[in-house]
Amino acid sequence: MTVQDAPEIEVREGVDRETVETVASMGSYKYGWDTEIEMEYAPKGINEDIVRLISQKNEEPEWMTEWRLAAFRRWQTMTEPSWAMLNYPEIDFQDQYYYARPKSMAGRPKSLDEVDPKLLATYEKLGIPLREQEILAGVEGAEAAPADVRKVAVDAVFDSVSVGTTFQDELAKAGVIFCPISEAIRKHPELVKKYLGSVVPQSDNYFATLNSAVFSDGSFVYVPPGVRCPMELSTYFRINAENTGQFERTLIIADKGSYVSYLEGCTAPKRDTAQLHAAVVEIVILEDAEVKYSTVQNWFPGDEEGRGGIYNFVTKRADCREPRAKVMWTQVETGSAITWKYPSCILRGEESQGEFYSIAITNNFQQADTGTKMIHLGKNTRSRIVSKGISAGQAQNTYRGLVSMHPRATDSRNYTQCDSLLIGDRCGAHTVPYIEVKNSSSRVEHEATTSKVDEDQLFYCRARGMDEEEAVALVVNGFCRDVLQALPMEFAMEAQALVAISLEGSVG
Amino acid sequence: MPEAALIQTPAVEGAPRPSPAAQQLQARLAATPRPRARATDAARTDALDRLSAQGLPGPRHEYWRYTDPAPFNAAAPDPVPLDAVTGDPTLFAGVDKLRLVFVDGRFDAAASDDLSLAGVEVAPLSQADAQADHWVGDAYGALEKQGQSPVSRPFAALNTAIATDGAVIRVTGQAAKPVQILYRRSDPAADVTIHHVLRLEPGADLTLLENGLVGARGNIVIEADLAAGAKLHHVAAHRAGVPRVSNIHLFGRVAEGASLKSFALSVDGRHLRTESVIELLGDDAVAHVACAMLGDGAAVHQDDTVFITHTGLRGESRQVFKKVLKNGATGVFQGKILVRPGAQKTDGYQISQALLLDENSQYLAKPELEIYADDVKCSHGSTTGALDETALFYLRSRGVPRERAVVLLVLSFLADALEEVEDEALRAEISDRLEEWLTARAKG
Repeated sequence: MTVQDAPEIEVREGVDRETVETVASMGSYKYGWDTEIEMEYAPKGINEDIVRLISQKNEEPEWMTEWRLAAFRRWQTMTEPSWAMLNYPEIDFQDQYYYARPKSMAGRPKSLDEVDPKLLATYEKLGIPLREQEILAGVEGAEAAPADVRKVAVDAVFDSVSVGTTFQDELAKAGVIFCPISEAIRKHPELVKKYLGSVVPQSDNYFATLNSAVFSDGSFVYVPPGVRCPMELSTYFRINAENTGQFERTLIIADKGSYVSYLEGCTAPKRDTAQLHAAVVEIVILEDAEVKYSTVQNWFPGDEEGRGGIYNFVTKRADCREPRAKVMWTQVETGSAITWKYPSCILRGEESQGEFYSIAITNNFQQADTGTKMIHLGKNTRSRIVSKGISAGQAQNTYRGLVSMHPRATDSRNYTQCDSLLIGDRCGAHTVPYIEVKNSSSRVEHEATTSKVDEDQLFYCRARGMDEEEAVALVVNGFCRDVLQALPMEFAMEAQALVAISLEGSVG
Repeated sequence: MPEAALIQTPAVEGAPRPSPAAQQLQARLAATPRPRARATDAARTDALDRLSAQGLPGPRHEYWRYTDPAPFNAAAPDPVPLDAVTGDPTLFAGVDKLRLVFVDGRFDAAASDDLSLAGVEVAPLSQADAQADHWVGDAYGALEKQGQSPVSRPFAALNTAIATDGAVIRVTGQAAKPVQILYRRSDPAADVTIHHVLRLEPGADLTLLENGLVGARGNIVIEADLAAGAKLHHVAAHRAGVPRVSNIHLFGRVAEGASLKSFALSVDGRHLRTESVIELLGDDAVAHVACAMLGDGAAVHQDDTVFITHTGLRGESRQVFKKVLKNGATGVFQGKILVRPGAQKTDGYQISQALLLDENSQYLAKPELEIYADDVKCSHGSTTGALDETALFYLRSRGVPRERAVVLLVLSFLADALEEVEDEALRAEISDRLEEWLTARAKG
């Protein structure tokens, strides 16, 4: 988009130029190319036969097929929710493909060497090398990073199937299971049976129930007691086929005293028609275990006219099931035409902790309704929410959240801060928090301040000889770091590049 | 949040039959006949159509998430013995004012003052309504109707349709003294529906006081239309008392440079829901809504719902809601600031805070912002917690007895809300009342 083509948006004084340009440049989506590859599809639409077909393609046992069918039957009795501040044309669920895989994947390659080079090249082009080498993966500019670095194991999901998972052997030595969920269902049925649907039940909500019926692949992680996962785990989701929905399911189990950091990235080609993505992520965290879950969501957001883009309906939930369990959600949401996503924490175990850090950027005609739920059930539980929303063009950005302190969750704490920034006078920024406190020893604080740069900080900087602009830049940098710092280094770099953004003069 | 509702089993649609909601509405309307009216007749018919289209709210209604509408939906209220609560008839006793008394929802001329007052025209609605060409015919229900979007408020529409009486006040200049609306009750079962209409002409200035006990069930609507530069200062005291239920709506429209400030003191509101719906239509308009609430006992449930719309430039709005809850009381706050496209330089502020004095009380809040203009300053804050032990310790270490220290800390917690009462004498009186109440309760 050239400057001449740019729609006339009046930006008021005080909004940083860099912010505006960064957001504008997001209009030029870099991952919009597609891979020409021979695919095989399940017939269009959804019915019990399709559900059975997906189960059969994954060579699933009978119990899994029945589980899916139960979900499908339930889904048929449900209605699509309409409470979010989102406007989109009605989705025709029969006008989608629910299963698409590259023909070359039919033979289930035993190692990455057997994978179709075209697929490997796709990930190479995306910056996700599927080779086991000690470089940072998934990050632009990573080559520039110091080379003494951590390894990242990658599970690459292409449309409906996982094309390969790296470092599986090395992880196995530590006892960590990291594999496609389709493989886990076959090889670790006892774990899958025990935990699948235990955090997000089949009947949880419309989109989660649909996912339960038709999920085709996704990642499975099990970290055994006392193990600190020796490397970061990541899954990269790529939607390639047209008119195809992606329904992935991720299940992470952190056993007692374990630790794992998990990264998730996603992109899709530019298409004129919208595509559906309905994922479910379940995380089970046992005593003293900790999980960090980071997402850079960069699905195709639709073009400048609002054509195409991914409709992203995601249910993510972590269950801190035992004492001192800890979860941290960090998300940088820049893609998707429609985002409907509320990564949540159930703080069941005493002294368990949940954190949610989010940056959501919407431009052109994007709409995001996103936030979190912190359900405090156990004593002395802690949660923290930091959310930054930025709207530009004609986009709408809504923070929606729930903080609930149950009567038994005594001496618990929550701190919430949501800030938003509007760039231009045709977009919207909204905040819809629900606060439910049912005991008095807990403390809940919700703040959505006008984030005009803090005057005191500004004054401090200026008193030390900085000019106004430098001072603002410094303060804003510090302001954004709340969220950016919560990201693992790999993602922080990507996110920083994506969000070289100031939040001055914003509204909450 | 609504997603939680999805966990519940969705109702399967059955064969078409008269819905319980429709039956309930019929029963509700049958119990309270529509009075004969001339000036407002068309407005009442219109309101009835609105209500029929909306229906009464059910328990799953998102806007009634934290308050059960059933007591408002019921055909008749449970009677409340007259000696159950004495109310606070002495409040504002020291203020020189023009007093209008409503007994069981009807104007009582004998108990009221002479209605002539410089700068103000006052009449009871029941009298104004008898004149077909009275100006109230155009004003009655107009702001209520506008306030039905984007959220429906069926009990306000019901009020417009069936209100028996109210005050009709037109202010043309500086009112010589405050006007007081005092509610009294003589019938234990009185189901009261009162509708006040206020019109403030350009530059007019009025202080409106409102207190007393409405009935076993009260439904009050105030419509306040402020022309350019007008000022309305509204100070209300609600003592809802034992099993009484009340639903109060304030609809305000604020023109250029005008200012509407409303403060409510509320003690032990039993199933009390207030809705303030105010639009800052003109440029440089001001609207403040504040409440200091004390609630003691599991039967106490007070819901303050506010919807402020900024349409004009440079509007200023403030919402200050403070709730002190003990012995199982429930406090609810649903506040919203909507900034329309083009309402630049808006300054919107909202604070809702609860002090929970024991483990049984609860606070439920939904402070919302919906903003479509980029050069605005809007913020909201909401906190919930117990008394600050450090401050308590400090006071006690200075020799202040614990009971007294708690009273002082509660008063200081409520101070921000009380600041919204501009008149110092009124503020002092309310503050004294609060202190008396707190001291008595601390001992009890």
